[in-house]
Amino acid sequence: MPPRESTGQDSITVEHLSPELTRRLYRDMRTARDLDTEAIALQRQGVFPAYVSVRGQEAAQVGGATALDPTRDFVFPTYREMAAALAYGVEMVGYMATHRALWHGGLYDVMDARFGAINAVVGGPVPHAVGWAIGERLRGGEGVAMAYFGDGASSEGDVHEAMNFAGVFTAPVIFFCQNNQWALSVPNHRQVAGGSIAARAQGYGIEGVLVDGNDVGAVHTATAKAVQRAREGGGPTVIEALTYRVEPHSTSDDSARYRDEEEAARWRERDPLTLLRAALVEAGHADEVDLDRIDAESAERAERIRDGVAEAPEPHGSELFTHVFRETTEELTRQHRTWQEEVEL
Amino acid sequence: MTELIERAAAPDPRGETVELSMQQAINRALRVLLAEDPKVLVFGEDVGALGGVFRVTDGLQKEFGAQRVFDTPLAESAIMGMAVGLAMNGLRPVPELQFDGFAYPAIDQIVNQVARMNYRTRGAAPMPITLRLPSFGGIQAPEHHGESLEALFAHTPGLKVVAPSDPGEAYGLLLQSVRSDDPVVYMEPKARYWDRRPVRLSEPTDPIGTSRIVRPGRHATLVAWGAMVHQCVRVAELAAEDGVELEVLDLRWLKPIDAAGLVASVSRTKRAVVVHEAPLTAGLGAEVATLITDGCFRELAAPVQRVTGFDVPYPAGPLESQYLPTIDRVLLAVQRTLEY
Repeated sequence: MPPRESTGQDSITVEHLSPELTRRLYRDMRTARDLDTEAIALQRQGVFPAYVSVRGQEAAQVGGATALDPTRDFVFPTYREMAAALAYGVEMVGYMATHRALWHGGLYDVMDARFGAINAVVGGPVPHAVGWAIGERLRGGEGVAMAYFGDGASSEGDVHEAMNFAGVFTAPVIFFCQNNQWALSVPNHRQVAGGSIAARAQGYGIEGVLVDGNDVGAVHTATAKAVQRAREGGGPTVIEALTYRVEPHSTSDDSARYRDEEEAARWRERDPLTLLRAALVEAGHADEVDLDRIDAESAERAERIRDGVAEAPEPHGSELFTHVFRETTEELTRQHRTWQEEVEL
Repeated sequence: MTELIERAAAPDPRGETVELSMQQAINRALRVLLAEDPKVLVFGEDVGALGGVFRVTDGLQKEFGAQRVFDTPLAESAIMGMAVGLAMNGLRPVPELQFDGFAYPAIDQIVNQVARMNYRTRGAAPMPITLRLPSFGGIQAPEHHGESLEALFAHTPGLKVVAPSDPGEAYGLLLQSVRSDDPVVYMEPKARYWDRRPVRLSEPTDPIGTSRIVRPGRHATLVAWGAMVHQCVRVAELAAEDGVELEVLDLRWLKPIDAAGLVASVSRTKRAVVVHEAPLTAGLGAEVATLITDGCFRELAAPVQRVTGFDVPYPAGPLESQYLPTIDRVLLAVQRTLEY
């Protein structure tokens, strides 16, 4: 059983995974951590109006996303999936653009990335994943859909409806719940009746797995198994990765108003990156020199993404009207002219 | 009616003319769409073996298979959410929500997801979804089975909205809606499902967003959509007995609205009455009245009249006929505008 409370650092193992994979996991988690830190700094500098940190959830996100095949699968995120996007190969300047409020949903091409638009209605994308998966089976493809959501979203009716549909249609979909134990200010025991999201799977006749979300090897293995089952026609899986949101909900939030920050501090001690670094050395997959080099490369990559998003041009005002319809209307064309004459000047 | 027959008799080598009820005409259109494009999928509650509670999808599952015409669990939000995912996998979903009032549980998916996905993704993920929605009142149905949601949908950026008024219109407008790459809410007037007319099974020729003159007249224009078009034609027939020639304009598309068509008609007749089933306040009649006033303010001989449902929840059976715009109420509005 993954820990619900942290008493500080313990250990994980990655001996069951290949050295190439574990080094990649480390690199992606490290880059995501650095990019997260850069993003918080950009918010402090006024470049981002707000930001939602993924700190502490890198293992849950990278471990899951790296078990997918970005050439044939499709990911449906909510709004706190930066590390998953990065590990999946999404163009990250375009992804981070949404945090600079350049465009809702991000500026990456969602179809090209096979990674849906960033979505703040947290239950909303979950049935999309089921629809995509049913469509994939109709088309005879082998792709798998992955729906990300959190413990808060698990209360949404759409999540229940989606799981029920997936069970009825035996859809190749994975419901990946990052249970970070806080839905903004509300803790698990006031959010999740019965205490387990994974256990709900049984009610839909589908597989449910509870995994330590701070153990990247465990997350990767559990997800890879679910992906394989879905690909082979075995249907959906609910994966609940138990982790912890060590930062406030967002940069606009004050978590000291509702929780004991000592608890968050203990979880910071059980940091997924620290755990993975020790496990890599322990398994003989990398030494400190290798890891320091990866650290330096990751920091540079995060800085390049940071600079890219900070310097990205703002969208032109005419884009207000460009994508409302595929075939625009006379009325919208008239309003576009009004904008040109009265706003653009 | 005369015009319909004339239209049906017009030469069209591809189109045969058959007498169909509206639900049969919609069924025929769905068959055309399923046959011409393997990406088209029909799904919803009870649309499979049963053929839908109004039998609109009758026989389609048998003809096209349970993979392309299928029942879903009873969950409207997931039906529309599933449509989004199917569209993102390159399919062309035609979901049905069984009754208008049951669209409310799906409003989040319709408004937050379907309507804005193309915008949010800057055109990467179009939503060629046609939501078929049995709509409006007039059949003494239970509560939540007789709502008029057109103003809500028309007010939502990214959606197109259409309400056919007779079988021939229903056939052509559905072909257009499903072939459109934009999401369309296709509102089927339940009260007219059993209305039988000659239907020319031909390709629609009028562009999306055009209205049509059902009956020409010169003294005032009655503007309506869905079942109220038929009501207005009856009003016009009665008025004609007194020598008053009313033009009946079927708006058809509630978004985009045919402002030019409205203005062209009212510029000639100088007077307009807009008739809808939905409640008055913030209803689409206000939009129509504004478009007419903007477009022909100097030509207008009287303020635009509105005859609508009242600002009350949709009533139960015996009160329904007192809620919906009656022939007398429309005639009184015509009288008011003529005597202004």
